[in-house]
Amino acid sequence: MLDNSYSAVMARKNEIMKRAVGMDYDLFESGSIAFDYEAMMAATGYTLEDVRRIQTEEFQIGNTPLYELKNLTALARVCAPAGMGARIFVKDEASNLSGSFKVRRAATSIHQAKKMGYKGVISATSGNYGAAVAACAAKAGLKCIVVQECFDSKGVGQPEIIEKARKCEALGAEVVQLTVGPELFYMFLRMLEETGYFNASLYTPFGIAGVETLGYEIAQQCRLMLGRDPDVVVCTNAGGGNLTGTARGLLKAGSKAEVVAASVNLSGLHMASDHQFNLKSFTTGHTGFGMPFSTWPDRSDVPRSAARPLRYMDRYVTVNQGEVFYTTEMLAALEGMEKGPAGNTSLAAAFALSQTMPKDKIIVVQETEYTGAGKHVNAQLSFARSNGIDIHFGNPEDEVPGKSIILPSHPSMIHARPADMTHLRTSLIHNAIKMTGKTPTEADIDFLAAETKTDREFVKEHLA
Amino acid sequence: MAKKNDWVQVHIDVLKPEERATNIPEDTRHVPLEMWVKGHLQNDEAEIGDTVTIRTKTGRKVEGTLCVVNPAFHHDFGSYIPELDKIEETVKSILFGGRENA
Repeated sequence: MLDNSYSAVMARKNEIMKRAVGMDYDLFESGSIAFDYEAMMAATGYTLEDVRRIQTEEFQIGNTPLYELKNLTALARVCAPAGMGARIFVKDEASNLSGSFKVRRAATSIHQAKKMGYKGVISATSGNYGAAVAACAAKAGLKCIVVQECFDSKGVGQPEIIEKARKCEALGAEVVQLTVGPELFYMFLRMLEETGYFNASLYTPFGIAGVETLGYEIAQQCRLMLGRDPDVVVCTNAGGGNLTGTARGLLKAGSKAEVVAASVNLSGLHMASDHQFNLKSFTTGHTGFGMPFSTWPDRSDVPRSAARPLRYMDRYVTVNQGEVFYTTEMLAALEGMEKGPAGNTSLAAAFALSQTMPKDKIIVVQETEYTGAGKHVNAQLSFARSNGIDIHFGNPEDEVPGKSIILPSHPSMIHARPADMTHLRTSLIHNAIKMTGKTPTEADIDFLAAETKTDREFVKEHLA
Repeated sequence: MAKKNDWVQVHIDVLKPEERATNIPEDTRHVPLEMWVKGHLQNDEAEIGDTVTIRTKTGRKVEGTLCVVNPAFHHDFGSYIPELDKIEETVKSILFGGRENA
């Protein structure tokens, strides 16, 4: 009988994974710090055109509308200095099958799983990705299990995650729910081993290749609608796949748009804390994932993550919970669009960034997500209030994650706070050395320069 | 009382506190890792609290403690949040001179 203790299962991690992703990651390793990222991305065997065909013909996703938010732009201009206030556009990804951009990531994975003869797929996610995988599995006729971190030790669930469980079940998936803790990965491995299903990880090259069409479409749509490329594209950043895929798609379209990451500031809250689990009002799109995954991407459920956001990020800004909730309400009140709060993280940032750019510039928010019971500005504020979080109008700068949610007294108080890019890049370099235990070779220095979107001089200067 | 093939939910303590990973916060280390799974009851009949076997949607057999018969979702939009009404009023006032003009 198989030893299913925590240590025994974790020791079998590599062989379980190899069987479950159908890809040998060892092929891309150099034996030192570097690995061949582009070779790994190319190993899908799919060009961007292939991915577009899979998405549009097989799953009927993508080609979502790009809307100009004229009233939000007008409001940004009221708040901005004279002559400032870039035009704000939003890519309405909520109109996709399953209600978010995540279905782009799922489609290529499920296509691959089906092609390789897997009978089912498993995904470890508490987010929109679960519903995306469930929807694509339903279309492909594959079985589907979604593993969620959902409850604290008192059995109280995050309403946002409970709604996602409901949606996964509605789309035919089996949902396995767990209490807080990183050992979710252990149960995930056990189920992969038990079922022999495909690991529909968010972080395989298939998943990230699926997001490239999003960036590509943004460039194409801007050219068609405006006769020009966007100046700035803002991506909500958690695990880094959204930004990585979008940026790669923009580059493949020949766009030179500046790529800005945006996360909700949850500093001070520990993501694996049972007590703090229900004190946060965002379960994704926050710094608790965004910062660690940016500065060390290889912490996911595959040996090497295809989501490597620091390779593509020009700037990283944070916004506070109250500012994102405020923006979500503004979007409904001024644009008639009712969307899920987490997806509006980048919109809150864009509203502030627009005010720093001239009026003739274009800023694109690259996603929206669906909303519903539990996963809604009213539901999430109500849950926060019932957990003793102090919600009031004031200065967002005074917000303390886990204690307060401060709604700005005036929309001009919404700010996008820049993170220190040099610090983030240096952290990645230090993490790479610490986690691998290797002394960097010349090839590693080139690799780290690419990993951090810098040059050899920067890497050498910060190796120490 | 639940009967064979009823849709039920079971609960399982997957890891006892002492079996958990070492690199987790103190508060999490003191509680077990728990799991809930839904499926069709395989036992002829069972009461809440009994150890039972279920067959999940993907056909897996899972053993656990019967905790809910006919599990349903009850999440909602929460209580009234007056601040949201205030935000609407504020932004419409700035842009259109008030709600009445919007």
